[in-house]
Amino acid sequence: MEATITQKILAAHADKKSVEPGEFIEAKIDFALGNDITAPLAIKEFERLGVKRVFDKNRIALIPDHFTPNKDLESANQCKILQDFAHKQKIRHYYEVGRMGIEHALLPELGLVSPGDLVIGADSHTCTYGALGLFSTGVGSTDLAAAFITGRCWFRVPESMKFIYKGGLKKWVGGKDLILYTIGDIGVDGALYKAMEFTGDAISRLPMDDRFSMCNMAIEAGAKSGIIAVDEITKRYVGFKRYKVFASDKKAGYSKVIEYDAKTIEPQVALPHLPSNARPVKRIKNISIDQAVIGSCTNGRISDLRIAAHVLKGKRVKSNVRLIVIPATQSVYLQAVEEGLAEIFVKAGGLFSTPTCGPCLGGHMGILAEGERAIATTNRNFVGRMGDTRSEVYLSNPAVCAASSIKGRIAHPEEVM
Amino acid sequence: MKIKGKVHKFGNNVNTDEIIPASYLNTTDPGQLARHCMEGIDKNFSKIVKRGDVIVAGRNFGCGSSREHAPLSIKGAGVSCVIGRSFARIFYRNCINIGLPILESKEAARRIRVNDRLKIDTKRGTIEDITLKKTFYAQKFPPFMQQMISAGGLMKYIKKKKSKIRLRT
Repeated sequence: MEATITQKILAAHADKKSVEPGEFIEAKIDFALGNDITAPLAIKEFERLGVKRVFDKNRIALIPDHFTPNKDLESANQCKILQDFAHKQKIRHYYEVGRMGIEHALLPELGLVSPGDLVIGADSHTCTYGALGLFSTGVGSTDLAAAFITGRCWFRVPESMKFIYKGGLKKWVGGKDLILYTIGDIGVDGALYKAMEFTGDAISRLPMDDRFSMCNMAIEAGAKSGIIAVDEITKRYVGFKRYKVFASDKKAGYSKVIEYDAKTIEPQVALPHLPSNARPVKRIKNISIDQAVIGSCTNGRISDLRIAAHVLKGKRVKSNVRLIVIPATQSVYLQAVEEGLAEIFVKAGGLFSTPTCGPCLGGHMGILAEGERAIATTNRNFVGRMGDTRSEVYLSNPAVCAASSIKGRIAHPEEVM
Repeated sequence: MKIKGKVHKFGNNVNTDEIIPASYLNTTDPGQLARHCMEGIDKNFSKIVKRGDVIVAGRNFGCGSSREHAPLSIKGAGVSCVIGRSFARIFYRNCINIGLPILESKEAARRIRVNDRLKIDTKRGTIEDITLKKTFYAQKFPPFMQQMISAGGLMKYIKKKKSKIRLRT
């Protein structure tokens, strides 16, 4: 039976020869993740059942990244629940402030997730890791609690949608633009319950960081997962370790196959209040901004900061704009310091912060007031996402975000280079 | 389960940031979360909602973040059932897992009006609009999910299967 990469990974973890879309399975998981918002609920459920030990203390990550460094007393108490549980259960992958990072950048960086794995996380952007040729998906806190106990999770095997990107990318276009363009095309429920499989020669040339950005936003099209098959770029990133490589068969069944001419795709901006409101940045005129945020699990990796610094070098952020740059992990932070990127941001008049999800979800470190407008390299521009319900968020890649901070309005990088 | 309640209507793509804004995610208490339920879309909702009321929504209800705080706040506010044309998958999962009745019906989502009175039988999947004098049929749950729903949610389902999976207690 011909199968997709997603079917094959799920079958392998359910001890089955093959699985079909629509089938319900209980599968073994290789890794489970929770954060300071979702894990406290899971821990509460876990303890309510009176279970003494987690299924495997080495296969769980607890990452306090959303409201950390603790933004208020309540958040501090939430984080304390994680810390106490990690200590009690001897959870190996608990990372304290100073060593942590935004979960979806941190786990791949530490090599905790590998090709062929099945990963769940109580965070919707868990789909990020699919960039490594594995199946990963977001679940809720109760699912996480169940996984803590059983090491298993229930799934409905998804249909797959195949996206083929052909041709070379324009200057200033990256993975973020490809995914915004795609969501703009199919809509925020265009891939509801499905696995999005990204292929084509444009993808085979796409660097790892851009692949993470693409799979990260699969959820914004309603997808269960995003996935890119393992190739030389993946192998170089993962390095020398044992893992299993799965690939889709030539005649595998897809609910839809969509082809894009990648060379015509321009840098994109998604207008409020849905990620599907994507337009070429060139078509957006005179949208002034109060804030520019570069960071998040979507675009807070080193190559994102390099592009932003390249645009900002020797220039100044517009006097009435707040530029907030947040490296996704401590090692990205350190690298940005060593490469002189941090200096470029600060000299330009921007802020360079410790890793946190912070402003992306309107948590802290950059909340918008009523009527304020931000451009951000984050993943959601819902009503009130970054603060007041009457504020606005525009989504873009790091180069567009940096250029906009200089101009004080949404701008194409060409306008400042 | 048999449910009776009054309808609150919402449109397409209502996301979890609207259901419960992130600034309230520093607690897991359903009572506290309920006070801010739907605040991002309707500031008065938590004040006007009555125990037993039903939410009827359009497409892709509950999209966005995985926060279980969203269905918890809805359940905490006293809402007895959520009906939608379609649901975002993590939200759907979360409702099943925490035992908040959730029904998918294109017709019901389209035709039911605000303030209509409903009589719902979740087991049979029937949605009777008393005001409209019309009955709608929700999509049936697959047997696997039906088991979990009858058990009263995922944790109770696991507890029931306790002997089979050898919990390390």
